[in-house]
Amino acid sequence: MTKEGDHNHHHGKEHGHHHEPPNELEVRVKAIEALMAEKGLIDPEGIASIIDAYENKIGPQIGARLVARAWLDPKYKELALSDGKAAADQLDASALQGDLLIVENTPDLHNVVVCTLCSCYPWSVLGLPPTWYKSMQYRSRVVREPRAVIKEFGYEVPTKKEVRVWDSNSELRYMVLPERPAGTEGMSEDELMKLVTRDSMIGVVDVKAPA
Amino acid sequence: MDGVHDCGGVEGYGPIVMEDENVPKFPEPWQRMAFGLHWGVAFQGFWNIDAIRHAMERMGAIEYLTTPYYEHWLRCNEILLVEKGVFTQEEIKNKQNEIRAAMSAGGD
Repeated sequence: MTKEGDHNHHHGKEHGHHHEPPNELEVRVKAIEALMAEKGLIDPEGIASIIDAYENKIGPQIGARLVARAWLDPKYKELALSDGKAAADQLDASALQGDLLIVENTPDLHNVVVCTLCSCYPWSVLGLPPTWYKSMQYRSRVVREPRAVIKEFGYEVPTKKEVRVWDSNSELRYMVLPERPAGTEGMSEDELMKLVTRDSMIGVVDVKAPA
Repeated sequence: MDGVHDCGGVEGYGPIVMEDENVPKFPEPWQRMAFGLHWGVAFQGFWNIDAIRHAMERMGAIEYLTTPYYEHWLRCNEILLVEKGVFTQEEIKNKQNEIRAAMSAGGD
């Protein structure tokens, strides 16, 4: 588990034991960081702040608020569907990325998002993608058999619904606006956003009404 | 490039491995460090997204398929910074040896 090329996912935890050789990936990152620092080519504060933003601040709660607000406010929904970035900018979304296209689920249409090339994802509203989103399995399969993939996540798309798969790229990212479930009439934005999961905004599940 | 990196529609990769929504963003310290370094290098203007893509597509199929996600980022930065002449492959190796020795000695 310490040799290059053997990436056992538990080695991080064992790091620090005296007879455990250093984690090779950590050695590689530290080497580049040190060489950059020696040449004055690194800004440790900038790095710390982007790590903090994506580890602690920017996450699917931003997208969930966008969805809840769009459900409640037709004007905002119109903006979200016509200019996703402008709608996201009204929240605490990150400005790191380019365009955002929000695609709406309807009784006739279910949308799902992927990046078959790598891992493009609407970071500004959902934060960092889950590991499965970046996996060869999801990327290769969801464009070929979206209904089967979505079923693995626990949602069976009704056969009468069309399924549309959106393949992201670095210039244009997609986010799904899920359908508002029945039984949520009268709920506030704060209450509604708690129902909206990250996976529902990727489009691999629907939003469930509160039990 | 029509390589292993562009996998849409390819069959045979098997079922999706799910994880809990609440797993940490960076389960291992090197992942957080690689993420930060990647953006740190970007902020210095050493690459744009197309350069990263080009570097990633030059990773061989076996390396690409058997290495974890953030290692792809790290590899791209190693490739591009050497190509841009910021430092050499040998300097990287020497620095790695230095760091490995310090970590082994200090138990960091």
